[in-house]
Amino acid sequence: MKKPIITIKNLHKHFGELEVLKGINMEVRPAEIVVVIGSSGSGKSTLLRTINQLEEINEGEIWFDGEMVNKKQSYSKREKYLNKLRQHIGMVFQHFNLFPHLTALENITMAPKLLKKLSEKEALRIAERNLEKVGMLDWKDYYPSRLSGGQKQRIAIARALSMEPKVMLFDEATSALDPELVDEVNRVMKKLATENMTMIIVTHEMNFAKDVADRIVFMDEGVVVEEGTPEEIFSNPKNERTRTFLFNYLNRGAL
Amino acid sequence: MSLDFSIVPSFLDMLFEGAMWTFFLTVLSIIFSLIFGTFFAIMQLSRYRLFKFFTRFFVWIFMGTPLLLQVYLIYFGLVQIGLNLNAFTAGVIALSLHFSVYNSDIIRSGIFAVDKGHFEASRSLGLSHSQTMRKVVVPQALHMVMPALGNMMIALLKESSLISIIGVMELTLSAQRAISETFHPFEFYVTAAAIYYIFNLMLEWAIKNVEARSAKYR
Repeated sequence: MKKPIITIKNLHKHFGELEVLKGINMEVRPAEIVVVIGSSGSGKSTLLRTINQLEEINEGEIWFDGEMVNKKQSYSKREKYLNKLRQHIGMVFQHFNLFPHLTALENITMAPKLLKKLSEKEALRIAERNLEKVGMLDWKDYYPSRLSGGQKQRIAIARALSMEPKVMLFDEATSALDPELVDEVNRVMKKLATENMTMIIVTHEMNFAKDVADRIVFMDEGVVVEEGTPEEIFSNPKNERTRTFLFNYLNRGAL
Repeated sequence: MSLDFSIVPSFLDMLFEGAMWTFFLTVLSIIFSLIFGTFFAIMQLSRYRLFKFFTRFFVWIFMGTPLLLQVYLIYFGLVQIGLNLNAFTAGVIALSLHFSVYNSDIIRSGIFAVDKGHFEASRSLGLSHSQTMRKVVVPQALHMVMPALGNMMIALLKESSLISIIGVMELTLSAQRAISETFHPFEFYVTAAAIYYIFNLMLEWAIKNVEARSAKYR
């Protein structure tokens, strides 16, 4: 088995009085697809955001590719380190967060040109390859305001991919989408999965989770309650809380 | 003495030259007031307390005192500490600084209005704080506050007439020269006002164009 690319040890995070993560332990290996499920407020988004340090943590350790990301250092050193770290960790957000003043293509080429000092031509080549991958090549000159939610999210995925990250984090990438647009984004994520991208996916789409995950992590109230293969979690959940969550999920809308 | 606009054309050369100086005075001051305004806005949002405090103090001084006094101080006052500026330079400095502090507050409010998610998305790609500011936040902020900045530019154009008091031969002073030769104040003040108005129409047109450019992505 390959060495983990991400290791999380005894991670604690609180916002003021509110403790959001209460001692998380987790490992992610290269090319593994980990799907984190759980109800709103269970801390799954926060967990994801601590990995690229959009959230600082209060206790514990996060290791990425053999280095501890939450090590103490001077402000300027740490900023430099984080900027480097984040180039290796792509992130896709619930609300897309495309830059509205740039076209789809410019959204994608900006970071590689600035940070990897790529030429216009080279950046364009990478961008077009990724636009092709997400099926948005024909839309490259559109401003985000002209695109549908699903299209925006696919551009956002292409933007993250263009830094050629080692890991991709998906923070409820389909939660803000109309139901009929969810599939086009999930299809892109599945495609990435077949290309051996390492991914951590936070989602509310259980069918998608079952389909794509190597491993499911179920979180509740800031702890990992249960983890296992999709079969283990969905067919034979051991923990009472997992069972309740899945039961409620399956029966939603049943009223 | 009755109104006689027929004397105006013989002074058009003079008024035209004055108008050119008003034009340069205004354009230079607008450019500098925007550059300094953006700079002060970013400084006020700096994480360094000293920068923040210093800029805030500076903004407070320039907002809280009359432009006229600032013009006098920069032109006459600075001579005493060995800074001998010509009148035009002093005028540009006074107008730029005076309007930059207003612009900085406008731009600051624009920065606050930019979605925090865009900031995070940019940082998650590996852009530094300052790269994020320059490439993502400030461009959006400027587009958002363009109408308000446009108003400040129009105000600046009109306030540039104040610079006549330190002897810059701009439009207002040119009109005054013509009046002192002809004793026809009404005709020349009206003509000068008309020229200011035409300048403002041009300025408004330019601002509209910039706004239209940002409208395409709304």
